[in-house]
Amino acid sequence: MQGKNIFATRWGIIGVGAVIGILAPALQKLGNPGNMGICVACFERDIAGALGFHRAAVVQYMRPEIIGFVLGSMIAAYIFKEFQPRVGSAPIVRFVLGAFAMIGALVFLGCPWRAVLRLAGGDGNAILGLLGLTFGIWIGTLFLKNGYNLGRTQTTHTTVGWILTLIMLGFLTLMLVFPQVEGQDNSGVLFYSIKGPGAMHAHLLFALIAGLGIGFLAQRSRFCTMGAIRDTVLFGQTHLLSGFISLVVFAFLTNLILGQFKPGFAGQPFAHTMHIWNFAGMTLAGLAFALAGGCPGRQLFLSGEGDGDAAVFVLGMIVGAGFAHNFGLASSPNGVGPHGIAAVVVGLLVCLFMGFTMRRKIA
Amino acid sequence: MAATVDARGLSCPQPVIMTLAEIKNGKEKEIVVLVDTATSKENVTRASTSQECQVTDVSPEGEGYRIMIKKE
Repeated sequence: MQGKNIFATRWGIIGVGAVIGILAPALQKLGNPGNMGICVACFERDIAGALGFHRAAVVQYMRPEIIGFVLGSMIAAYIFKEFQPRVGSAPIVRFVLGAFAMIGALVFLGCPWRAVLRLAGGDGNAILGLLGLTFGIWIGTLFLKNGYNLGRTQTTHTTVGWILTLIMLGFLTLMLVFPQVEGQDNSGVLFYSIKGPGAMHAHLLFALIAGLGIGFLAQRSRFCTMGAIRDTVLFGQTHLLSGFISLVVFAFLTNLILGQFKPGFAGQPFAHTMHIWNFAGMTLAGLAFALAGGCPGRQLFLSGEGDGDAAVFVLGMIVGAGFAHNFGLASSPNGVGPHGIAAVVVGLLVCLFMGFTMRRKIA
Repeated sequence: MAATVDARGLSCPQPVIMTLAEIKNGKEKEIVVLVDTATSKENVTRASTSQECQVTDVSPEGEGYRIMIKKE
């Protein structure tokens, strides 16, 4: 169908990890929040806030990076004839997994991408998060070994594969129609933070271009932070892991150059030091990502390729962010939210239920 | 007769799990793996080669690919 995909080689994935590792701290330099040059969970949470799905005033902004991820992936998928509209592999389960993945990530305060960016910025709490992530994914691999699966997808109408892209284009349009007004917490139908991480952002154009570029490259290379750990644990395959490690190394070097590396545990940007809950939050997220077959970034890239089930996971994450802030589940720099611990326990039970009951039987 | 692994429509990492299970437990020397995405094609090929199997042919079939694997 086409020639060899150089991005799917070892050096290809390392190169893509390097590009993300350089761009994320650069976006931070250009205005994004500390150790949050790119965070898929945080940015989808900000999008939920911009739409008013939650009213946490400090985390409301329509993040163009996320929009770019989906569009960039779709452009790559079309150029390389890989756009395949497909849907129907347990979408409702993916929705719930997306919601709990978001809740777990917001207890830690970051997705796997931000976990390594926090590490590369010197935040020691990220170590607990990454250990929790690995533990959650390891539990997921036990289910996978015992026949857990989500069932088959089916080929469908092109329109179905376009839906999340169209939603993202709609979000971008809203942002252009109702642009941010200095000092105002809303503009038309959109909310805009005037303080906190939601108020910190690179220029729309830079954010969108970086998102498009990363979306394009990640589609080609199949970059996945969950897959990186899962494949290593499950098959001893370190292909994706080399991309993930490359991201950390290059982000660390870029942070050093930009003067953004500040080692320590206390007082790290948008982080708390409750080790157990940093670990447990990411355990929940890791397990949910493993059961859903991809990290939050990968789910966006798959959506761009026409995967309607991945798109449902993304919507689950955005809705989960609404729950996380409306119910007081999300953490803050002061520590876990009033009901964060209960939500982690419930989320783990739900994931275990799915893992135990959705075995084999692939028709 | 070659064994057939039909991994079409299955998401990551199912195609690789099924292929490796067939390589490990199957009796046939030749395995045909059917996948529907380029990602699965790359993953199955990479995993098989790491098991000291030979990927003898990859050809488009329907909306996906047919991968021929030979066990040593």
